[in-house]
Amino acid sequence: MTAAMRPPPSACPACIAAPAAAALAEQDQPKEARIALSVPAVHCAVCISSVESALMKHPGVHSARVNLTLKRVSIEAEPDVMPQDLTGVLDRIGYEAHELDAGTLSATETDKAGRDLLMRLAVAGFASMNVMLLSVSVWSGAVDATRDMFHWISAAIALPTIVFSGQPFFRNAWNALKNKRLNMDVPIVLAITLAVITSLWEISLSGEHAYFDAALTLTFFLLAGRYLDHRTRAIARSAAEELAALEVPRAFLLIDGEEKQVPVAELKLDDLVLVRPGGRMPVDGEIVEGTSEIDRSLLTGETVPVFAEAGRIVSAGEVNLTGPLVIRATAVGKDTSLHRMADLVAIAESGRSRYTSLADKAAKLYAPGVHILSALSFFGWLLYSGDVRISLNIAAAVLIITCPCALGLAVPAVTTAASGRLFRKGMLIKHATALERLAQVDTVVFDKTGTLTAGTPELINMGDHAVRDLEIALALSQGSAHPLSVSLRSALTAAGVKPARVEGLTEVPGYGTEGRWQGVRVRLGRAQWVGAEPRGETSAWLSVAGEAPKAFAFTDRLRDGAEEAVKALLDSGKEIILMSGDAPAAVEKLALRLGIQDWVAEALPEDKAARITALGAQGKHVLMVGDGLNDTAALSAAHVSISPASALDAARVASDIVLLGGDLSPIADAVKTARSATKRIRENFRIATIYNVIAVPIAVLGLATPLVAALAMSASSITVSLNALRLR
Amino acid sequence: MDVLAYLIPISLILGGLGLLFFIFTVRTNQYDDPEGNAQRILNGDWDDHPKP
Repeated sequence: MTAAMRPPPSACPACIAAPAAAALAEQDQPKEARIALSVPAVHCAVCISSVESALMKHPGVHSARVNLTLKRVSIEAEPDVMPQDLTGVLDRIGYEAHELDAGTLSATETDKAGRDLLMRLAVAGFASMNVMLLSVSVWSGAVDATRDMFHWISAAIALPTIVFSGQPFFRNAWNALKNKRLNMDVPIVLAITLAVITSLWEISLSGEHAYFDAALTLTFFLLAGRYLDHRTRAIARSAAEELAALEVPRAFLLIDGEEKQVPVAELKLDDLVLVRPGGRMPVDGEIVEGTSEIDRSLLTGETVPVFAEAGRIVSAGEVNLTGPLVIRATAVGKDTSLHRMADLVAIAESGRSRYTSLADKAAKLYAPGVHILSALSFFGWLLYSGDVRISLNIAAAVLIITCPCALGLAVPAVTTAASGRLFRKGMLIKHATALERLAQVDTVVFDKTGTLTAGTPELINMGDHAVRDLEIALALSQGSAHPLSVSLRSALTAAGVKPARVEGLTEVPGYGTEGRWQGVRVRLGRAQWVGAEPRGETSAWLSVAGEAPKAFAFTDRLRDGAEEAVKALLDSGKEIILMSGDAPAAVEKLALRLGIQDWVAEALPEDKAARITALGAQGKHVLMVGDGLNDTAALSAAHVSISPASALDAARVASDIVLLGGDLSPIADAVKTARSATKRIRENFRIATIYNVIAVPIAVLGLATPLVAALAMSASSITVSLNALRLR
Repeated sequence: MDVLAYLIPISLILGGLGLLFFIFTVRTNQYDDPEGNAQRILNGDWDDHPKP
């Protein structure tokens, strides 16, 4: 691929719906251009230096640095350096490169929240190691002044650390209490503060037991759980945003016949916009110039391209196929049909039954239980001994012993392992509870166009034609970049057909190609143009003057792994439904081919969402797999949803899981992994409970020492983490 | 036991130095590209003289 052949940065109307595009307006006039390119092929030290040195040699480039982890180059250059030039430079040395939208990326460039957590984790780790060192000396027999000194040093380390490292917990607990709710953080904060207060009280009276080490280890383990959780989601988020950034939201604005590249967000009503072949309509509008064919499959699911000429109304999101079109904007930004579709998503989302994660369910049982238990032991001991100090000490011990250290690690440890495993197979888990929901799935709904099929046509009736016709068709198809021509060309070339000698080959945008063969006019194109009756299936017609036109029929090629995925899901007893906006004949054919019993054709976006909501109301857990705009509402109405990377931005935003490769087969695997992950999470909860059942009576009876607490806590956390690793 | 008066501060200072160094590495984005850093060692570009 060279720079010239590269299609113009397709204007991405969906980005209007996505929040990222808002950042676009600001990054318009930088002093120094910051360009980000995605280079999927870099993988070694040699790649790094050749990519960097090639870019540095380009005039105007100040610095270039490869990030191998993200497979991305960031470049600082003079403002007049165009990204297209740089992708050209990389193409020439053999690296395929794509421009990334800097506005979309900047949000993830430095992961501030992750860094903040890491810092707090490091401080808590440092402090807990030091305090543990001092505590071990106390447990191994330090007495009197030495013990007091060790305790005070521990306090001096522990107090500032807890104030700094404990902040995420304090904040969450405060927010929960403000909304009159209880979450896992409330007992955590209570345990930590109570432990610190009673320990301070104890050591000021030269007491024997201080729980500083417990409070710090607790903070450390819990922060580790939080950080794991955050990492998993940050990786998924940055990969998802890279997909979004690949569609740079730019349009070609025509002012007095001159074209100018502008961000889509700047287009106004009545602007004239040029849409090149292969580009997407950035706005709703009316064609004022040019003829072409447009592909509406992302909006409606229809596979047959629609003829377009001056006067025709087009909607944002449709793809222009053959000739350049000039459209006059009739609706921009929020008013486009694309954006109204996004509103549909918002409605569907508000209706989605809120899923309570396993962790939340556990917290709901756990938080009140712990508080009641600790309060009971406080009052019990107060009645029995009449000593506030002893009672408070025991209440603190109960809180620390029961503290959800293992519970805090139980879920993140498993989801990190599972998400990492699925990520290597090419699946991006975007939502925190997506795995748990995926494990419950019993019904799978597939979209047809672009999901089960690859969206590229495949010739099916080559055998019906004479060799002479094939040779003429091949020659004619060489004159066009229309998807049908491209497919015809590759199918015929692969079959060893040599092109006939056709002279005066010209493309008539919107209709087809025309030429002269042995003195007679030959045409390859639309049915009406060659004088034939149009048929239901996608076809290109060949006409040789004086003979009846012949049809080349096409079917949509199946996406890789579609058959395997459907078969594996059927074998595991899932109900499968095919729902498409396409014509019944095409949908039925595909359903038969894949062995799907239940199919719906000509479904409008609202129908799809309504069907899925109805299935949900019957108690089914629906997995929706779809890619188009017409699927977005259905994607967000389903219990859990998956979209391929080729899907429109809005569809990817609406789904919980994104398939990075073109292959569908990981879906069945993912369901299996999700099941075993949920099983591990439940096991982890059970381990944590068993440990509490043993430890709580010890604490309530007043037999717990800081040593026992430390041992029990570490033992349970390590067991839970190891159990999570068994997932591999 | 007098030795404790030296050893405890020393252990705290050494640990603290490690912590400060870690914070410095986090702040200067040194964990952004672990794979790239591993590969760059093998890069021969500045073997003969340091990068200007």
